[in-house]
Amino acid sequence: MNGVHDMGGMDGFGKVEAELNEPMFHEEWESRVLAMVRAMGAAGAFNIDTSRFYRETIPPHVYLSSSYYKKWFLGLEEMLIEKGYLTREEVAAGHAMQPGKALKHGKFDLTQVERVMVRGKFARPAPEPAKFNIGDRVRAKNIHPATHTRLPRYVRGHVGVVELNHGCHVFPDTAAMERGENPQWLYTVVFDGRDLWGEDGDPTLKVSIDAFEPYLDPA
Amino acid sequence: MSEHHHDHDHDHSELSETELRVRALETILTEKGYVEPAALDAIIQAYETKIGPHNGARVVAKAWTDPAFKKALLEDGSKAIGTLGHVSRVGDHLVVVENTPERHNMVVCTLCSCYPWEMLGLPPVWYKAAPYRSRAVKDPRGVLADFDVTLPKDMEIRVWDSTAETRFLVLPMRPAGTEGWSEEQLAELVTRDSMIGTGFPKTPGAPS
Repeated sequence: MNGVHDMGGMDGFGKVEAELNEPMFHEEWESRVLAMVRAMGAAGAFNIDTSRFYRETIPPHVYLSSSYYKKWFLGLEEMLIEKGYLTREEVAAGHAMQPGKALKHGKFDLTQVERVMVRGKFARPAPEPAKFNIGDRVRAKNIHPATHTRLPRYVRGHVGVVELNHGCHVFPDTAAMERGENPQWLYTVVFDGRDLWGEDGDPTLKVSIDAFEPYLDPA
Repeated sequence: MSEHHHDHDHDHSELSETELRVRALETILTEKGYVEPAALDAIIQAYETKIGPHNGARVVAKAWTDPAFKKALLEDGSKAIGTLGHVSRVGDHLVVVENTPERHNMVVCTLCSCYPWEMLGLPPVWYKAAPYRSRAVKDPRGVLADFDVTLPKDMEIRVWDSTAETRFLVLPMRPAGTEGWSEEQLAELVTRDSMIGTGFPKTPGAPS
């Protein structure tokens, strides 16, 4: 979706402010939110792309004015309600009012912790051969799905070169919408800075994205 | 989601309201039998103790001293790091990109916050915030100036936007004046930002 989360190339956000000796968490609740997201994901309440999509659908003014973990919290709460794991009444009451819904991988307990400390595996067997070779010129499609996508706006319509082939992976665009893994080839595609930003752009700049095959046309 | 509180009294901050909501959610998830609070504690403890830039620093230091390892690392980051018993477990598709005198690499996730956290720990706030995500792909030299980093005018800058499950780790250039240093000594010079591409390793002898 063309949301505010798709920030590449936007102006006006100001300087990057790095915090000296930044703590891992600024408030204790942030750590609880992170743990709940990891735990409920590992228990099978949602896949990681769905959780990303829920954060993207936070209204723009809320997204821009909320801290990172606040966005995680808002996305998690809404997603769990919509997926039927809890109700708005329960959230308002602050307590469970009815039994839980069965989780695909069962209750998240201590035996599961090790599992969440390694990133998930998203590589899948290839359903068909790759369409593009290293060195091929490709054009990022001019698409504007209202759902989750990993094709940022700033490359759409632009021509780049295939630099790496990462194999076949779960396609987030369909996985996020719970329409299946639909594995697709994934490439690093590199664009010239001035193709993206015009003649005034930095001539020494090259930018790459990781693009799934359905995002690309031969050029 | 709740938007009712904006005009209310200010001694009831948004932060404390968020805290209450987070606690309520954890209570509900616990009462419904979805999660065990002790398991949440254990996740947090694992994040706080097992991951961090020390992991990435060891990998970089090893690459600086062992040409065969460096070659393997650049060919397949996950596989090469997997051969080092003393570094935390690493996910698939970690791509290591090398800085050279001709090219500087910088990593961003414009869409959210993708980051090689097994190697670097959880990302800092700035990495996840709008100024960095918006500008890194358009004006990386401006972003680097915010970090007091200046590159030669004609050096290529390559920005890697982590838009998929692939994760990128920058292999910075080994600082001059470190000939004969051990891996352990070298690892001390490797900063988190040097592995994101927004900084350089520390210089030998400079105050840390």
